[in-house]
Amino acid sequence: MTSPLTPSPTGWTGGMRSAAPEREFTIEARTQGQMVRSRFFRHRGAMLGLGALAFVVIIAYTSIGFWKIPGWWDLDYSSTGVLVNEGSPTLDLIPWVDGDGISVGAHPFGQDQIGRDYFALTMRGTQISLMVALVIGVLATFLGTVAGAISGYYGGASEAVIMRFTDLLLTIPLLIVAAVIAQWTGGKPFLLAVVLSLLIWTSLARLVRGEFLSLREKEFVEAAHAMGASSTRIIFRHMLPNCIGTIIVSATLTIAAAILIEAALSYLGFGVQSPDTSLGLLISTYQTAFNTRPWLFWWPGLFIIIIALSVNFIGDGLRDAFDPKQTRVRA
Amino acid sequence: MAAYIIRRVLASLLILLAATFLMFTLVSVSGDPLAEFVNVTDPDQKALLIQARTEALNLDEPFIAQYFLWLGGAVGCLVPGMDCDLGVNLNNQPVTALLADAFPTTLQLVLAATVLSIVLGVAIGIISAIRQYSAFDYTITFAAFLFFSLPIFWVAVLLKEFGAIRINNWLAEPAVTIPVAFVMGAFSALFFSAIIGGSRKRRALVGLAAGAGGVAVFILLVASGWFSNPGMGPGLVTLGALAGAVGATLLFTNLENRRVLFISLGTAIVGVAVAYSATPLLTDPSWLTLFGLGALATAIGVAIAVIFGDIDRAVAIRASVVTSVIVGLLVFMDKTISSFAAYSEAVNGRPIATIGSKTPNFEGTFWETTLDTMTHLALPTIAIMLISFAGYSRYSRASMLEVMNADYVRTARAKGLTERTVVLRHAFRNAMIPIVTLAALDFGAVIGGAIITETVFGWKGMGVLFTTAVNRFDTNQIMGVFILTAVAVLIFNLIADISYAVLDPRIRLT
Repeated sequence: MTSPLTPSPTGWTGGMRSAAPEREFTIEARTQGQMVRSRFFRHRGAMLGLGALAFVVIIAYTSIGFWKIPGWWDLDYSSTGVLVNEGSPTLDLIPWVDGDGISVGAHPFGQDQIGRDYFALTMRGTQISLMVALVIGVLATFLGTVAGAISGYYGGASEAVIMRFTDLLLTIPLLIVAAVIAQWTGGKPFLLAVVLSLLIWTSLARLVRGEFLSLREKEFVEAAHAMGASSTRIIFRHMLPNCIGTIIVSATLTIAAAILIEAALSYLGFGVQSPDTSLGLLISTYQTAFNTRPWLFWWPGLFIIIIALSVNFIGDGLRDAFDPKQTRVRA
Repeated sequence: MAAYIIRRVLASLLILLAATFLMFTLVSVSGDPLAEFVNVTDPDQKALLIQARTEALNLDEPFIAQYFLWLGGAVGCLVPGMDCDLGVNLNNQPVTALLADAFPTTLQLVLAATVLSIVLGVAIGIISAIRQYSAFDYTITFAAFLFFSLPIFWVAVLLKEFGAIRINNWLAEPAVTIPVAFVMGAFSALFFSAIIGGSRKRRALVGLAAGAGGVAVFILLVASGWFSNPGMGPGLVTLGALAGAVGATLLFTNLENRRVLFISLGTAIVGVAVAYSATPLLTDPSWLTLFGLGALATAIGVAIAVIFGDIDRAVAIRASVVTSVIVGLLVFMDKTISSFAAYSEAVNGRPIATIGSKTPNFEGTFWETTLDTMTHLALPTIAIMLISFAGYSRYSRASMLEVMNADYVRTARAKGLTERTVVLRHAFRNAMIPIVTLAALDFGAVIGGAIITETVFGWKGMGVLFTTAVNRFDTNQIMGVFILTAVAVLIFNLIADISYAVLDPRIRLT
């Protein structure tokens, strides 16, 4: 990994702290990865976003459990119950209001009109929304990278075909594809995510292709060619690592966008279908209850915003970390 | 260039052909347009209904034949001189007529919102790039990320509640209440301290003063009954016009340049004079009258600039034109707001609308109908703006930062040019190249309608046309919306590419 240029037991900070004579401190050669990591960890917004996202993910998956693993929240999201106090939320985070200190209560997020626990419902919606966004992010990134790399590296006919194909896909509305999925599969969230990512990869393909077009002309690629490296090796060992920044940033922003796309489609009735639920579907179902039970409207919206906002901030931090130009202060 | 354009157009036509086929396939597998007859109990009637629809939509033909029958009619829309026939929808209405109804509605909705968000987003993005890492920059960055992350339907419901219903309630009986006064004060404090910039102490002082001032003005306005009969009056309009003249001068040169300053001020006064001497014409004007008066005021302004401009003639003409536009907008706003009382009366005291694009059966003067359109546009425009504003401010900030680091900007500074010239002449123009491209793509995309905004606010535009069709598996209606949208996207993509080459001579289209 790293090797100090001058052998010395103390690191950079140690040398500074002791304010020792000239040659006390060492100059550590840092790899690209280390620099990126340290820049990323210094980005306050990204760290806050990472914390908030981790909190949401952990609470969503541990509370009601997932797959067959039970969680610590014992109420089920689909079973109805008795309405307590008109179903208003029992969560109390402000000690001086209502006077009984911080408490969670039986239904922290309240209940809907048929007595389902809204905390469990929201957590279930968050799980589905996160899953959809993650699948779209991973799959679209993979497809976009492969297509962009092939068309950018080989050029010629493969480039023409792939690029015209992306043009074609760009004109197809997401809505109609979602409607087909809804019709055929009853809006299974996983399938919906897979099919949506088949349409969303195009923008990343264009980005990666652009990077590859300029990388192809670089000397180190020529050198690799001269040494007899195979195309596969050049693409994966020499060129892809050089545009990993673009890809990771774009993947993050795709995830943020996917959260909102899923919510919008579900809101219009073409996304996730009941009995499954998602944050968008929850808002859609309960938007008319805004005046009578506002909490049914607030919670899912709040979770969408927290997730999208923190992912956006993480993406911004990653962009700054991968692109040293961005952090340069204007003269 | 010509060869490039021809090649692109041909490629676009092929893509369009493939896209229509793909869409047609998707729509036909998405569901059965006859399915909604399942609940018809009378078997004879059911058979009749099914037969009628089958005939109208050629459902008994094989799939490929259906596609080519549709294509045969649709080709006519792209070739001049042929009949444009997009078929009929499930209710036997011709799709072309539906599109002709929906298209202007969508344009009305998205055009204002898009233009406003471009102007605001670019302006704010550039300011935050120039003041990089200032409090203003951080606030705008955070706000942009927040707006990016907002689900628009969620915002729309909130807007309806807080931006319309509660404001209407308040407007019914304007009174100074603590929350409203607080919001007003905070708003004015934030606005002015953001504009003024500088050290933290300076911003805090300005913010405090502006907050107090905002609350005071608000109390004054409520006390004088301004909210039930608002307006600006000749005094405020003249003041605004003079401020606009100073602003226009600042935009093109500096206030030291007395000649241009006085010419702009003169133009402002002439503009106000023209507007108020034409009062009888303005009680219920047409757009033509308005544009005529505007052109007259602008012409006089330009004439002043030409006569007195001397060596600053070119700058003076530009400043004059901008001043005239500002004065025109001010007068327009004044006249529109002045009709508020009458309008509010006419719509039962609920001026800000939550549904639809206009009050049904509403008749009034030009100003009242304009106000009616505006109050209907207000909420959806805000909803669309919040989201696209964020994108534009981020992009123009990034683009401006990159340009400000470029060598030619350093050269411009080294030559001793003023900071305004460096920013506006050298940096801004180049920073706008990618934004123009982005805007072109955006315009292409919004033609398809702001589906969610239209749904929530009940506008019968392209987006709603599309979703209702998808819900009923209405092939012809879907395809009609789709072909219009796809053509718009392809045309604006082409415009984006060409504009890039036109604006940046280093790029050659081959």
